[in-house]
Amino acid sequence: MELISPDFGFIFWMTLAFGIVFFFIAKFAFPVINKMLKQREEKITEALEKAERTHEEMEKLQAHNEILLQQAREERERMLNEARQSSEKIIEDAKAKAKVEADRMVESAKESIENEYKAAMTEIKNGIANISIKVAEKILQQELSKDNAQMDYIDKIIKDAENQ
Amino acid sequence: MLFSTQNFVVAENKSDEEFKAGEVIIEHVLDSYDWHLFTWKGHHVGINLPIIVINEGRIYSFSTKRLHDSATYVTTDKKTGETITFTIPHEGQYKGKVVILGADGSQKRPLDISITKNVMALFISCTLIIVLFYLVMKAYQKRGEKAPKGLQSLIEWLIVYVRDDIARKAISEKCVDRYLPYLVTVFFFIFINNLLGLIPIFPFGANITGNIAVTAVLALFTFFITNLLGNKEYYKDIFNTPGVPWFLKFPLPLMPIIETVGCFTKPFVLAVRLFANITAGHIVVLGFISSIFIVAKISMAGGVGMSVFSLILAIFVDVIEILVAYIQAYVFTLLSALYFGMASKEHHKE
Repeated sequence: MELISPDFGFIFWMTLAFGIVFFFIAKFAFPVINKMLKQREEKITEALEKAERTHEEMEKLQAHNEILLQQAREERERMLNEARQSSEKIIEDAKAKAKVEADRMVESAKESIENEYKAAMTEIKNGIANISIKVAEKILQQELSKDNAQMDYIDKIIKDAENQ
Repeated sequence: MLFSTQNFVVAENKSDEEFKAGEVIIEHVLDSYDWHLFTWKGHHVGINLPIIVINEGRIYSFSTKRLHDSATYVTTDKKTGETITFTIPHEGQYKGKVVILGADGSQKRPLDISITKNVMALFISCTLIIVLFYLVMKAYQKRGEKAPKGLQSLIEWLIVYVRDDIARKAISEKCVDRYLPYLVTVFFFIFINNLLGLIPIFPFGANITGNIAVTAVLALFTFFITNLLGNKEYYKDIFNTPGVPWFLKFPLPLMPIIETVGCFTKPFVLAVRLFANITAGHIVVLGFISSIFIVAKISMAGGVGMSVFSLILAIFVDVIEILVAYIQAYVFTLLSALYFGMASKEHHKE
């Protein structure tokens, strides 16, 4: 049957035509296509790897940043604490100093008041003594003529003084 | 694939002749010397392809037109001066083929390498494939490593598919590059010819991959590539199969005979499978279309009703044929790849 018996002429042309197609694809088209496909695949793989690496580096960098940030935070905390402490100390010191100073001032004021008081008392005493003396003098100068009374009075004073 | 409506129109016009569906279908799936397009007012309109025959070392070439309707073409052998008469008989052993008519009415078949309808269609499809690959190659050269575009991306998808899902799965990594160009060629050749065979409009629609000569040549290519590039281990497997009892090899070399026969049956099966699948598809679609004309002979209304029914079925089968076009290309390529893989694999050292 013709359907299943291959015709020689057609086999001949088929071999020729398919041979040409095969030759063209195998010799020219396919090497170019295959080369480009391979190159592109390599490029894609490379790019992916690069992206992966970059990602890892980024993560590392981020972790590093995190550590730095943590350190900075701790540093700040520490500095704040220190500042607080030192300010407290300064205040404390100042307070203590002020207290000492105030005490000292109060003390000296007291002392000077005492001194003043003493001096004033002495002065008053002196003044009173002087006045007394002057009064006494005046009285004495006035009353010296009246002998009896004068003598009585002096006696009385002496007696009073002796009684005291 | 409805190309054969052309043939049916012929059959219809020859009103006194009976419509023979079987003949029309077989006529389509076979080859012919001219490419019939349609019939206009009783005249055949088609392309008269050249007949090329070789007789006793001399090439004769003339148009098919000269042999239409049982006409004879008479020429003389320039060397011997003998008259040679060519004709195409309508019956007998050489029905529908160019023969040399002897003086006593005997028929002798010369070496026939005519550009028939199938050969013409083959040239057209091969040109298409070469143009396709040329364009894709240029696209690659132009675009370099950039992402593929348009036609390039469609072809690339198929090439990558053949490479990754067919070749690399069947053949060891080291040998893939050696076989890949052939596998790509054979895949595209079968796939494109299958698809073109489904297009009913000229210059497509010929039954190329459903021709045993085409599939036989493809299978022979696979056969030669398998056996010529086969390694030592492959031949050792054939002639001294390991792991088989000695009495199967000596004194009667049973296993070597079976293995050697296997080498030939593998490509034979490849050829028959592709041929049978594609031809069957064409025959089924034509059968549905033919049934319209058969019913229409009996009653016109029946013909109209039948045409709707048959068209739906024919379209359905055509759609399946598109799938078959791909599957058959895939199967042929995959089996070729498996044979190559077997012929090139390195055994593990025991």
